[in-house]
Amino acid sequence: MSYNDYGRDYGRDSRDGGRDRDYGRGGGRMEDVGGYEPDYDDRPEFRDGFRDLVPPEPGHDPASYVPDVVKTFVVYLYRHIREKNVYEIHQMYEGSFQKLSERMFQKTHWPSVEAIAQYVDNDHVFCLLYKEMWFRHAYALPNPPTLEERCESWDNYCNLFQVILHGNVNMQLPNQWLWDMVDEFIYQFQSFCQYRAKLKTKTDRELSLLRQCDEVWNVYGVLNYLQALIDKSMIIQILEEEKDGTVTFTATDGYDYHGGTNVLKVLGYFSIVGLLRVHCLLGDYHSGLKALAPIDINAPGVYNTVIGCQVTTMYYFGFANMMLRRYVDAIRAFNSVLLYIHKTKQFHQRSPQYEQILKKNEQMYDLLAICLSLCPQGKLIEENVNNYLREKYADKMLRMQRSDEAQFDELFTHACPKFITPSPPNFDEPLVNYNQDAYRLQLRLFLSEVRQQQLLSSIRSFLKLYTTISITKLASFMDIDEPTLRMALLTYKHKTHVIDTDGSVLSNADVEFYIDDDMIHVADSKETRRFGDYFIRHILRFEDIITDLEQVQIE
Amino acid sequence: MPGLPQQQVPITVDQLVQLNPYNPDILPDLESYVQEQVAEKTYSLDANLCLLRLYQFEPARLNVHVITRILVKALMALPSPDFNLCMFLIPERLQMEEPFLTLATLAHFLETARFREFWDEANRNRDILEAVPGFNQAIQSYAIHVLSLTYQKLPRQILAEAINVEGLSLDKYIEQQQQHSGWSLEKGQAGGQVVVLPLNEDNNPVSRKNAADGIPLELVAKLFPVLS
Repeated sequence: MSYNDYGRDYGRDSRDGGRDRDYGRGGGRMEDVGGYEPDYDDRPEFRDGFRDLVPPEPGHDPASYVPDVVKTFVVYLYRHIREKNVYEIHQMYEGSFQKLSERMFQKTHWPSVEAIAQYVDNDHVFCLLYKEMWFRHAYALPNPPTLEERCESWDNYCNLFQVILHGNVNMQLPNQWLWDMVDEFIYQFQSFCQYRAKLKTKTDRELSLLRQCDEVWNVYGVLNYLQALIDKSMIIQILEEEKDGTVTFTATDGYDYHGGTNVLKVLGYFSIVGLLRVHCLLGDYHSGLKALAPIDINAPGVYNTVIGCQVTTMYYFGFANMMLRRYVDAIRAFNSVLLYIHKTKQFHQRSPQYEQILKKNEQMYDLLAICLSLCPQGKLIEENVNNYLREKYADKMLRMQRSDEAQFDELFTHACPKFITPSPPNFDEPLVNYNQDAYRLQLRLFLSEVRQQQLLSSIRSFLKLYTTISITKLASFMDIDEPTLRMALLTYKHKTHVIDTDGSVLSNADVEFYIDDDMIHVADSKETRRFGDYFIRHILRFEDIITDLEQVQIE
Repeated sequence: MPGLPQQQVPITVDQLVQLNPYNPDILPDLESYVQEQVAEKTYSLDANLCLLRLYQFEPARLNVHVITRILVKALMALPSPDFNLCMFLIPERLQMEEPFLTLATLAHFLETARFREFWDEANRNRDILEAVPGFNQAIQSYAIHVLSLTYQKLPRQILAEAINVEGLSLDKYIEQQQQHSGWSLEKGQAGGQVVVLPLNEDNNPVSRKNAADGIPLELVAKLFPVLS
């Protein structure tokens, strides 16, 4: 099963029923694959157990030596791309490329693009795509990429995006691949910024090279490429028109079934998520959320056809909301994606992104624990997510509710994005490492927010016990003077209310109260139990059990 | 790259930001736009964040004077979290210097509703704040906003402290609010005056109830296949 299959609500499948081809999903094997041998994986090179594993004879340049399997791989991939056979491309991209990387190129690079070009008619676009994969693999090798490789990879992305932006790419590529391009593009940008910021350990040669390449992985370049992909693809208009039903995009997962190409459109779409991420890495949460606005994260969309994209979207969306003190929005987002990962984890185990998913999963639990400590909205949390929280985070949340700053620090540090300083250093000043600067700033501001809220959780716990209590009495319970209590109560109100984009006031408060002169009146916070929800869940579960039972054949 | 619109009408700075969010060439326009916001008593968070972003990308072009104005404007935008949004983008070494230390302290007092300390500190730093017209009124309306979320009946002294107005001026202020915002005055239990604030969802939480009752359609829809 390809993991693309699970990125959707079940209800959407019926809508897709009328399609003649099921590109990009692992369903049934397609019958009209064309006149090739049935399947790339059945090729003799594979059956014979990697004959080529024998290392090249001495004297061969490893970069230009092309084992037979690789030759076959590029020939087939090239063919499938020309034929717009998304299903096969996806299989080769997700399956074979990984398999070959693991078995043959665990410590070494793939053969250079110059070496394979002859097998693919020196096709310009294919070579760019191959190099994109080549560098992605190179970045994942145990040794970090060299500065030269970073520069070349940047050039390759520029060339690739230029070609795509000029409309010269007539292909259908799997969403997974297109997402990986945007994802990797930003990852390499972030990695470059981190690398550049560690000035102390640079050799003189590296420093003089760095001085020359201020265009490479330049923040303006990165942002403008993403913006250009969004603008050129007209994706925002497409998503807008889709609401009126005049165009289809989401319904076909972004693919084009009329002989067209999905590349620019879908890249533009993923670039929206890309902008959210880059802005968050820069600490610009408002602009990040604004960039994401064209995508409705409460509805199924192309972003949840690729799990990596869905996780990234929700992680940065949730994080930005947390930093904006919109805890309820953050909690909702984390809850929904954590539940989704919980339900579908088993299908992703073999996916190359599995470890990444698990890591983000853990980080989002950290963030959720933070949000719930600052804004205890337990009723928004689904049962499974709640169980996990209780199991792993009970102590930590207790400490945070007691305003233990070190605990907030620990979770934030573990779960925050890898913030970056986007500007090049001043090489004429003494060389220092500044790779931690951006993170330290965000952490400090977050902790000062936490400090401002430190009296709130004890106010909460007291107010839950009373329907009315006088200011004097509560102040003496809390061991603070009356003016301090009045300020804390105002702070509670301020911190639990956010102003929406339309200017209206939204409450995130779990305990509601008002003050009448000297008396605090607490609103009845006893939860009205949501029976409807509960019954419907159990009806559905019961129905599933019945269906399962009916399928059991007793021998 | 987004092109400029065809017609040659001069475009506003907000449009400029929208069309060129990542273009260093608009930096001077944005700087003079900050000045314009100060003079005209207008405000554009997006334009100001865009400027801070450009400073972040090119620290050599950074202008402390302009950033100070932006931050004062952001304080005036409370209860929105604009001040924090700006601080997230300002280099830490700068935040350790004046006038940013003072501005951070002022923001801290406002965020924690310590209005008396705020007004004292503000008085000591008039040079930064008075350059921006409308500052006091903006903070007063923030104070009123927080008080209205919290109090149904508000002791007069608390109001006086929060908006830094006393005696006859306070009488006048309350009178105005009686005419325009539905305030009224009562005698409090301790003998002093209390201001009765109009009810809203937050100082009268009962009115928010009941909204969560009922079952959303999506849930019911899930039952259809079972029923058919």
